[in-house]
Amino acid sequence: MEASPRIRVLISKVGLDGHDRGAKLVSMALRNAGMEVIYTGLRNTPDMVAQAVLQEGVDVVGISSLAGAHIATARLVTEALKKRGVGDVLIIMGGIIPKRDFEALNQIGVKGIFSVHASFDDIIDFIRKNVPQAQGVST
Amino acid sequence: MSTPEKKAGLAPDEDQTHTQETVLDSGIRIKKLYTPQDIAHLSYEKDIGDPGKFPYVRGIYPEMYWKKPWTRRLYAGYGNATETNRRFKFLLENGQSGLSAALDLPTQIGLDSDDPLAAADVGRVGVAIDTLKDMEEIFAGIDLGKVSTSFTINATAAILLAMYVAVGEKQGVPSKNLRGTVQNDILKEYIARGQYVFPPKPSTRIVGDIIEYCIHNIPRFNSISVAGSHMHENGATSVQQVAYTFCDALAYIDEVVRRGYHIDQFAQNISFLFCSRQNMFEDICTYRAARKRWAHLMKDRLQAKDPKSYTLKFAAGGGGLWMTKRQPLNNIGRAMIVALASALGGAQSVLLAAYDEPFAIPTEDSARISLNLQNILVHEAGITDTIDPLAGSYFVESLTDEIDRKIVETMEWVEKNGGILSLIEKGDIQRQLARQAMAEEMRVQKGESVLVGVNRFVAEGEKGEEDMVFHEPDPMTRQHQVERLAKVKKERDPRKVESALDGLKKAAVEGTNLMPPLIQAVKTYATLAEMVKVFKDVWGTYSAPSGI
Repeated sequence: MEASPRIRVLISKVGLDGHDRGAKLVSMALRNAGMEVIYTGLRNTPDMVAQAVLQEGVDVVGISSLAGAHIATARLVTEALKKRGVGDVLIIMGGIIPKRDFEALNQIGVKGIFSVHASFDDIIDFIRKNVPQAQGVST
Repeated sequence: MSTPEKKAGLAPDEDQTHTQETVLDSGIRIKKLYTPQDIAHLSYEKDIGDPGKFPYVRGIYPEMYWKKPWTRRLYAGYGNATETNRRFKFLLENGQSGLSAALDLPTQIGLDSDDPLAAADVGRVGVAIDTLKDMEEIFAGIDLGKVSTSFTINATAAILLAMYVAVGEKQGVPSKNLRGTVQNDILKEYIARGQYVFPPKPSTRIVGDIIEYCIHNIPRFNSISVAGSHMHENGATSVQQVAYTFCDALAYIDEVVRRGYHIDQFAQNISFLFCSRQNMFEDICTYRAARKRWAHLMKDRLQAKDPKSYTLKFAAGGGGLWMTKRQPLNNIGRAMIVALASALGGAQSVLLAAYDEPFAIPTEDSARISLNLQNILVHEAGITDTIDPLAGSYFVESLTDEIDRKIVETMEWVEKNGGILSLIEKGDIQRQLARQAMAEEMRVQKGESVLVGVNRFVAEGEKGEEDMVFHEPDPMTRQHQVERLAKVKKERDPRKVESALDGLKKAAVEGTNLMPPLIQAVKTYATLAEMVKVFKDVWGTYSAPSGI
């Protein structure tokens, strides 16, 4: 059987928030776990993220939010993805996100939410288990 | 008792005993015991000195907190100008001695509230300022001649300062009586904070323009607060926090000295911002060493003659990165350690994160706790009864000396490798910090560094954030702000705005000081983004390497 391709991940900061310690750490941790990671850097618009998802053909989009704009950001990113017809991408978020907002984010389409001090192992496991292409791979 | 969740070979509630000496991130080894031998090489007169005397290890003033305790600040600034004004009045009535204004992100990078890019961020982490109207409202009923206001503003600092000057004028307070601080430290934005707009070179020129304008017109204002705290939270060691910050400061000083000024004309307007992380004695000694190194840099390298130029004034505090989501009330204890480190390190002002930092911006209640932790130190704990109580400790003086040597070493490394600007442009500093932050995080995740409530001392069924009350942003903030802006735009005289913006462009192109045309422009109610656009047209924008 052909070896399964490496999981491709886009990590992005959307909006104006400049806290990027977490986004960089998660990017490095996923890279260390053998995934291909594209880190977009700061100040991306939802459209830029959707465009990059399409161009890079990633399986996972990770959005980092530490300035309180997580719900609005999640909504705008999922809308931008929908507009471009991207449906089979796993959306995860990290940063400063109160638990009470988890359900709203889930409903918008964010599958995994990881707060400060979430373990890298948990994030990696979550991606491996939930990445869209894994569903078709027999185990 | 054994448990399957064993970390670092210890049960969750077992104490970790030392099997070997602790090594700080900067490579300094903490000995098991310090004795007179460890400080035998130090001369009290030459290496430590009385408080208020060179090299200022014991503090920059002869009487320090004995005469006047540090200024207790709180980061505050919410949604709109009216709300912030109410908050400021509340803080002044509750014993706070200085105001600290947090600005929202669009304001920090020069976007108006009606810009689609700003949609999710208006009024979110601070107050939105689009025009002079907002600044007038924030300080309505607050005498600018009597308060000191600290603005966390960098890329757009010149514009915000111009507005503050204009509000002062309207209140009848001359510029020479205005007190406060603008952060105005753009280089660390490229390294760690991300709120920059223009390329490094014109940005450094704006920094210079602000310092130069303050020399002549606002002599009591701290025209720059060079900040190490953001780098420290992004992975810089304590030593790097100070060394890189001093390198940034020297770059700004060069910019002003190049224009024909002597260091003694503006050294007193330079202040610093550092933050504490976890290790209390490392922080205390870092602050003591920083004072000594700065005094030497000013005297030996920059040939300052006025002893006041030798003194390093700094704000300290922070603690946000140390705070945990698990067992959040523990964060109050962490904040107290940060306050104590800042006070024993001789800070001029202290700004503590609130215990709900990992969840949201502070509520009025959590903010009051962080303020009162400091009031407990000043009024209850006897911290201010004697000046620099730790002086002479074998450990403290020895560690202060070692940290000072490491700061010198690190600054030499920067200079040998092309200087701070070049290292930032190449992304080298960012890369170094990211690697160190990763190593730190791995130590926590592997349980090698203990975080109480996170990887040790975790109790089943403990109370989490479910019962906590968070600051709830007003969902109407942006709409109100956009309406407010539209009203200002409608009521102003567009010809005056246009002519003021033309004047601003001329100054930007010709290289004359930007402050006078900015003050003109803000008075016509030109918007922040209109003024920033003038600069973008002349200089373009920039994207700094992330380092990963």
